[in-house]
Amino acid sequence: MNDMYGKGILKGLGVSLKRFVETYLDDLTWFGKRYRTDAGIAHRASKNARGIFTVQYPEEKIPVPEEFRFIPFLVYDEGRNGEKILRCTSCGICAKVCPPQCIWIVRSTDPATGRPVPDPAEFMIDADICMNCGLCAEYCPFDAIKMDHDYELACGKRNVYDKERLSKPALYYESIRPINAGRENAFRAAKTAARAGLSE
Amino acid sequence: MTTPSPLPAIQPSQSDISVLTTRFPEKINPDSRSGYSGWVVDKTQLLAFASALRDELGYDYLSSVTAVDYLPQDQIEVVYHAYKTTGGPGIVFKVQVPRASEVEIPSLVSVYPGAELQEREAWDLFGVKFTGHPDLRRILMWEGFAGHPLRKDWHEPYFEEDAKPLKSRWPEGHPVKAESRNKYGDNIAYPDGFEPQNKTFDPEKALYDALQRNSPDELGLSTDRIILNMGPQHPSTHGVFRIAVLLDGEKVINLKPVMGYLHRNHEKIGERNTFIMNIPYTDRLDYLSSMSNNFGYALAVEKLMNVKPPERAEFIRVIMAEMTRISNHLMAIGALLNDLGAYFTPMLYSLEERELILDIFEAVAGSRMMCNYFRFGGVSRDLPEGALQKIKDLAFERLPRKMDEIERFLSENEIIRSRGIGQGVLTAENAIRFSAAGPLLRASGIPYDIRRAEPYSIYDRFEFDVAVRQNGDIYDRLMVRFEEIRQSIRIIQQAVKKMPEGPVMALKPMYQVRVPPGESYGRVEGPKGELGFYIVSNGKPNPWRYHVRAPSFINLTAFGPMCIGQKVADVVAVLGSIDIVLGEVDR
Repeated sequence: MNDMYGKGILKGLGVSLKRFVETYLDDLTWFGKRYRTDAGIAHRASKNARGIFTVQYPEEKIPVPEEFRFIPFLVYDEGRNGEKILRCTSCGICAKVCPPQCIWIVRSTDPATGRPVPDPAEFMIDADICMNCGLCAEYCPFDAIKMDHDYELACGKRNVYDKERLSKPALYYESIRPINAGRENAFRAAKTAARAGLSE
Repeated sequence: MTTPSPLPAIQPSQSDISVLTTRFPEKINPDSRSGYSGWVVDKTQLLAFASALRDELGYDYLSSVTAVDYLPQDQIEVVYHAYKTTGGPGIVFKVQVPRASEVEIPSLVSVYPGAELQEREAWDLFGVKFTGHPDLRRILMWEGFAGHPLRKDWHEPYFEEDAKPLKSRWPEGHPVKAESRNKYGDNIAYPDGFEPQNKTFDPEKALYDALQRNSPDELGLSTDRIILNMGPQHPSTHGVFRIAVLLDGEKVINLKPVMGYLHRNHEKIGERNTFIMNIPYTDRLDYLSSMSNNFGYALAVEKLMNVKPPERAEFIRVIMAEMTRISNHLMAIGALLNDLGAYFTPMLYSLEERELILDIFEAVAGSRMMCNYFRFGGVSRDLPEGALQKIKDLAFERLPRKMDEIERFLSENEIIRSRGIGQGVLTAENAIRFSAAGPLLRASGIPYDIRRAEPYSIYDRFEFDVAVRQNGDIYDRLMVRFEEIRQSIRIIQQAVKKMPEGPVMALKPMYQVRVPPGESYGRVEGPKGELGFYIVSNGKPNPWRYHVRAPSFINLTAFGPMCIGQKVADVVAVLGSIDIVLGEVDR
């Protein structure tokens, strides 16, 4: 401070200028591949990113990590004849743990006996109330409800998703969360094997 | 500009308190309910007790004031937590009064001015009238609101049930939209004698009276003063926050913060929720540092449950909390410089680094800001592959380099120096008196950091300095934040090196945890200051009382005194240097 007034400002402007130039230098070294390529996007989100790092959404999208969570969906396995078998048993744990209470489940009953059947007659999620916390997926004992990766849901009306809208195939789940799905499948297989061993 | 660690923690000796119990015979009794601790003070002796506590025993820092409505026992209890700024555990004292529509308790503002906003909050939400409070108005709700919403017998519009999970959701969960169940207009209650059509009712009158517009100036002349309202829609208030300033020319004569525009009664929601449901809600308090909020709440509940997270989880927690601190301080620095007129350049430079931290949060916790990562007894999942490497890259390479750059960019800037140095001064004594916390307290020369003063989790294992500066002005608050970022980087560097392998959860995952009855106060050094959670459990799945000691809210107690005598343009800079987040102020 004892020397020239304005030196600090000039120093700061120097930093700005450096960062301004860096963007163009980076552009040159990437030779046009800095934008709209996966490697370019990854580079701009890495520790080595220099210069401007804006991702031009929606032309470019940052890949979402596996744990990313957005609005739950119901996982179904495909039966022999291609029918959808929901893993959900309508046990209600997700509805009980849901913090904003946006999950509504109607349990099926056997028309003959009137007893509850482990299958949801209705399953609704009020997506406008859902806070994307992921507790339902975390505590579901049947791996039946999972968090999605699809975040482009903007629309002009109220979003109450029914069972049809929520159901997605197990293959889709495996495609968005390969590591988790692999671990869960292995665990389930081991459990069935153990049960088979017991019953023998 | 750091000091070595402050004095070693002093245990509050039982004899200290016994001095007081002999002085006030039968007026001070230990709280004998199981799971509770502290002292029950008779309300007639409250002021004398508090003065003795502060002056003789050195409990100079009143951290939290709140009330609890014990409906079954027909009792209202006001709970105080006081600490020593030299460190060590604190003392809890309570005043119990029989339940009535309005109960009266002497105000502690004369002893601990930091109680001002908190007592107003307790009045607003519980109907506890603090006699002797200089300015007892509603604070989060508006004038003309009927009732005191945190009372257990108060029900909101759209009320469905006292406790979640709601029975209507399962097994016969036919969806009903709340808005169709209860149309607007049918559910508004007015206080007795309040006439909504009465045009003469002025909701702002109490506020403007509190500003004392017509008081004579220092020469005894009645000067024409103007009241200026900044906000609630104002770009420099960081959200929907309003500042009513009384001006003499450009000089600030008096200032009152007006808040509550983002109020949603977080605490009532928290009492409806089960314990685990509150974790994602805490994210939404200070939405820039959700991991720290999770941390405080998890600590409070773990104290009650008596669980200890496994080693690896502790390390992950510390790393995440420190990364949160870095990202929050970056944001605070950027926003402060924005307020000082540097426009968006420094903000974007900060956001760039914050972005990389949020990327890690996204990979680890699943969400960039609403992390919802901590669980009782650990964290929700282990670090995914590659996350640790990313953390290392940031902590060892990028952040130290970039922090140097940002500091070079700004700290010598003449404009920042002349707007910051000597402006908005908060002296050390005032900082303690007003219960200021975090960087605000440390910039005033008080080396008080809970990580050091009363170490929680595994902070006692790391080497770091408590950032402290002496002048208590805007510039020092900025510099303290820079220093804290460097210290956080140091902690992360140590933590990633020492991190063990192992499980990250001590308990089986349970969607409803059993929390034994009792009370607990969990506090962490959040990026904005002391973040405390006061929880009362009665053994049911929902907390009976869930209180948040929100640092941004309580730091605002010192906002008025800091601005008085400044120019109106400095109000913006002072507010920026406090670093508030309205999600936490208004709760």
